[in-house]
Amino acid sequence: MAFPRPRPARPELPRQRVQSLQCGQGAVRAARFNADGNYCLTCGSDKTLKLWNPHKGTALRTYQGHGYEVLDAAGSFDNSQICSGGADKAVALWDVSTGQVVRKYRGHAGKVNCVQFNEEATVIVSGSIDSTVRCWDCRSRRPDPIQVLDEAKDGISSVKLSAHEILTGSVDGRVRRYDLRTGQLCSDYIGSPITSVCFSKDGQCVLAASLDSTLRLLDKDTGELLGEYKGHRSTTYRLDCVLNELDTHVGCASEDSHVYFWDLLEGSLALSLPVGQGVVQSLAFHPSLPCLLVATQGQVTLWREDTFQPEGDPD
Amino acid sequence: MAESSDSEEEDLVSYGSALQPLQEGERIKKPVPLQEQTVKDAKGRYQRFHGAFTGGFSAGYFNTVGTKEGWTPSAFVSSRQKRADRTVLGPEDFMDEEDLSEFGIAPKDITTTDDFASKAKDRIKEKARQIAGVVAPIPGTTAFDDLIGPSKITVGVELLRKMGWKEGQGIGPRVKRKPCRQKPDPTVKIYGCALPPGLSEGSEDEEDEYQPENVTFAPKDVMPVDLTPKENVHGLGYKGLDPSQALFGASGREHLNLFTGGSEETSNLLGDLRHSKGRKLGITGQAFGVGALEEEDDDIYATDTLSKYDTVLKDEEPGDGLYGWTAPKQYKSKKRPEGDFKYIGKVLAGFSLASKPSAPVKVYPAPSLPRNYRPVHRFRPVLPAGSESCHLQKALEESAGKLERDPAHHSRHALNAAQRREQLGEAELKGPAPSVLEYLSEKDRERLKQVKQASEQQMKAKPVPQESPSSRFQVASPEDAAHKWQMLLGGQLANAGSSDFKPFAKNPEKQKRYENFVKSLKQGERGERLERFFDQNMTEWERGREQEEFYRAAMFYRSSNSTLSSRFTRAKYEDDVDKVEVPRDQENDIDDKETAVKMKMFGKLTRDNFEWHPDKLLCKRFNVRDPYPDSSVVGLPKVKRDKYSVFNFLTVPEPTTSVTQATNEKIQESNSLNKPKKSSRWDVSDKEKEKKDSISEFISLARSKADAQQQPPVPAKEECGTGTAETPPSVVAEEDKDQEEESRRPPMDLFKAIFVSSSDEKSSSSEEEEESDEEQQPTTSERQSETTEQVDVADSSSSNLQESVTAATDSGIPSLPTSKQELDAAEEFGPKLPPAFSSGTTWQQQTEVPATFPGPSRKEKHRKIRERHKTKKERKRKKEKKKKHKKQKNKGKHKNKKSEKDSSSDTTDSSDSLSDMDTTGLSPKELLRRLKQLQY
Repeated sequence: MAFPRPRPARPELPRQRVQSLQCGQGAVRAARFNADGNYCLTCGSDKTLKLWNPHKGTALRTYQGHGYEVLDAAGSFDNSQICSGGADKAVALWDVSTGQVVRKYRGHAGKVNCVQFNEEATVIVSGSIDSTVRCWDCRSRRPDPIQVLDEAKDGISSVKLSAHEILTGSVDGRVRRYDLRTGQLCSDYIGSPITSVCFSKDGQCVLAASLDSTLRLLDKDTGELLGEYKGHRSTTYRLDCVLNELDTHVGCASEDSHVYFWDLLEGSLALSLPVGQGVVQSLAFHPSLPCLLVATQGQVTLWREDTFQPEGDPD
Repeated sequence: MAESSDSEEEDLVSYGSALQPLQEGERIKKPVPLQEQTVKDAKGRYQRFHGAFTGGFSAGYFNTVGTKEGWTPSAFVSSRQKRADRTVLGPEDFMDEEDLSEFGIAPKDITTTDDFASKAKDRIKEKARQIAGVVAPIPGTTAFDDLIGPSKITVGVELLRKMGWKEGQGIGPRVKRKPCRQKPDPTVKIYGCALPPGLSEGSEDEEDEYQPENVTFAPKDVMPVDLTPKENVHGLGYKGLDPSQALFGASGREHLNLFTGGSEETSNLLGDLRHSKGRKLGITGQAFGVGALEEEDDDIYATDTLSKYDTVLKDEEPGDGLYGWTAPKQYKSKKRPEGDFKYIGKVLAGFSLASKPSAPVKVYPAPSLPRNYRPVHRFRPVLPAGSESCHLQKALEESAGKLERDPAHHSRHALNAAQRREQLGEAELKGPAPSVLEYLSEKDRERLKQVKQASEQQMKAKPVPQESPSSRFQVASPEDAAHKWQMLLGGQLANAGSSDFKPFAKNPEKQKRYENFVKSLKQGERGERLERFFDQNMTEWERGREQEEFYRAAMFYRSSNSTLSSRFTRAKYEDDVDKVEVPRDQENDIDDKETAVKMKMFGKLTRDNFEWHPDKLLCKRFNVRDPYPDSSVVGLPKVKRDKYSVFNFLTVPEPTTSVTQATNEKIQESNSLNKPKKSSRWDVSDKEKEKKDSISEFISLARSKADAQQQPPVPAKEECGTGTAETPPSVVAEEDKDQEEESRRPPMDLFKAIFVSSSDEKSSSSEEEEESDEEQQPTTSERQSETTEQVDVADSSSSNLQESVTAATDSGIPSLPTSKQELDAAEEFGPKLPPAFSSGTTWQQQTEVPATFPGPSRKEKHRKIRERHKTKKERKRKKEKKKKHKKQKNKGKHKNKKSEKDSSSDTTDSSDSLSDMDTTGLSPKELLRRLKQLQY
């Protein structure tokens, strides 16, 4: 068109709390958005998994079937299935509508720290403290994993998937990226135990949070350090790091009950958001909106940008 | 208002047709939504847009294969009654109405087909048609084709026509033909196959003769080269029955023209018009024979005539006189000398006769049998295998007999294997020596005999004392034991040392001692004299143990080896039982990487790239092409390494020169360098080392230099010596090499990590022990210098910690630390989960982290308190320390810490590692400084 495009709005960070979900499932180990960000899953230490509409604050369903606390969960692209992993060393595949366990994958020798679906929800990739990453087949009835990635020397704390890559962060201080397309394993040494990794939205960078209270942004292809973000405290616990919906900011949970946001390019602290008491257990950023899900202690709060007006408000 | 609107309307341009004005009182029709719009045919049935034959979605009767009457065909009539009425079904009977309609595959209506639709057709086809017209029954029929009006002409053709183009002409400006033909443009190259000259130009040659100069011509139409690829499996040039040719006269004029094959047809028409010339229309070809209505039947078998057959039997020779025989002529005329017979048969095309004959095969005659040979074999009676004592007895007898009696006296079959071997002059077998007792001294033999006799007398059935375990295991004193052992083993030991049985191969020194021991045992030395072979540094008890161990090994060797090894030969290649598959490439070299991380030099230095093979199924699931379609490997490529070896846990840093070595050498080396399956973190794979670029080399070099400077030879070097003594001999060579150069040696922290079983928790707990020890120390020194204390306070926090750690390591076996137990109770690997709260109500509490969870702040506090406590104690004995001493310990501590961090990552205490970073914080800078010094 002849008209110049309107200037893109300045990226906004979630600053106001719009919802608060009292989960009632003990400590919330993880809070995760679904694929489109309309729903969220909370993993409780009381062995349950709950599905919410965080924007309205309604609990939709409770999934029971884990033998111990649930540590991570992920929804499939079509919202039909959920996978979850827990301290009972099992990975479970749930049917969203019936609430039943479709399958349980056993094989990990330790707690399952993290689970992810691949793009088509045909494979579940789970990482455990037994230092393996296992790829489970959702299509066949095979009980054993398709492949076990046992390169890590210590527990896996975080796993993320792209279309053709498996990104793992391990306590041995390495970020490993398995590229299925080129058949390569790139292992980046960070030194400090990795607590969380994630891809940037453009798929070019890798963000890694480690226990030396530092977030590092690495170039995916070369492993070079693009940015370093400090200021929060993360020395003991497995805390999440996120990128916002436009890749302009980097966020991380902290042990001092704040969520910190840094400008991705400048590395300057953009926001330090006090979200409650205690350690921030889990973080999740909405895939397309400036909307943050924070799990602290037993509750989950939803944060939006300042200009956001809740629907119920007449204004 | 109305007028103005009228005038406005006049100005307006209207598109489309106006809606019909609504009637008075008529309700506005609701528009039918798209999904409800249907089409019905004339009978009110829902119209289907496709029939079954054209891939329609609604086939048959309501999407079934049945009919209105069900599956039974309505047309079924019993053939008994109505045999004559049987109807012949054609394809049309199975077609739907839609198929017969205008757009179906067999339209009944008269429509314009492609043949008539446009005149822009293949010129080849056109030509064929013209030729066909000429030879057709009614000449010039095809001329009428042109008259029948083409209903569809494409716009392009129409435009061309209006520009003066006619069919058959080429497109372009008109040209003079003659000059063009005279001098072909040299610059123009002709690619591909040139057209056969006769086709396009031959006809024009004649015309050219009477062409005036000033006439221009349209350019020649370009005939496209038929580039249809050969897709069938027929022979080259084979053309099957061409339907269009078979139905020559009628083709193109029928509606039902299902079988027109595009390119085949045209090529046929081009090249092969013989049939049409011969006026043979209709189906021709051998496959179909001659039709009944065909008049000419002389050409039934086109290539075969009766004249080709012989009708008379006669002995007339064929041309070559061979009657089709193609064998060499030798058989025909035997007179020919064998040497120069010639092959006179037909030589196959592409072959030529060999110029020189092949060498004749040598025939060896069978060996002539000896005169007295009888083709009968007599079997020797087999001795029944008796008990152990029987064996021994026989052995004794044999050896005795051999000594005493002349072997010549034996009959042929009484000889044993050794005697036969002697007679035959064969080399000795690798297995047991033939007579073991001959190595024994006379006295021992005597004794053995006595023992044997005694045992025989006492219990006939009971075997010799070597079978009774009680005597074997009652070891009263070393000497006594040795005596017993000697008695028991006797000569069986004899060959133990000579063979390649190496029970202590892992420990060369021990093996050497063992061999000496066995050798001397063979010579009949007594236990007390054997003592000298043992290590003088060993205690009495150790010596006794080792002696017994040697005896036992010798015994073991005898029992298995002597019975079996003569039957078996040793494997050429070592068994793989003690090998294990380990990844070929391993992440390693943490030290340099750590330095790189501290210097924030991410990238090449911190990255390891490996070849990684995803599972095929995984690729499939991820919709990714398998990057290694040919390999069956999954995961990282593996190589075989030794399973048990100290070197599995050791890094032998390679000399810097070896970085440039070739890869295969590397691999060999790494094969000898043993690696564990799940290796420790600091393993160095050689390939990895190669990848290291110069910076990291420099760093490591600087590091080693620094080590050499700072670190005087510490007792740990001896530790290294004893530690490596247990390595297999294959590694020893390398080890020696490494010891040549100080920089090549494994860093100290490795040995510390292995041999000094100390971790941070342990040491910290044993600190307390240490402290209590210190308190017991004489307090006189405590009072000495209160003033100097204050000076040391600044660095005391770090140094005394180190002091205590080294002290703890010196103290030997550390007690199980309490702090470690605490950690274990938490049962956390890696980063912990954030503190959980038992119920949802707790978040309202304003309390800090509950006491059940060891929060970082608590721990750090604890630690600080402890440190403070320590400094207080430390001051007291501070003055005793020498500066140098401190420095050395400092270094040791430093390294120790680092190795700890590497090794104990599953119990990683992050706060500890953080504090480590504080104490070791100077090292990267320091290293950099040294690096610079090195470079200048």
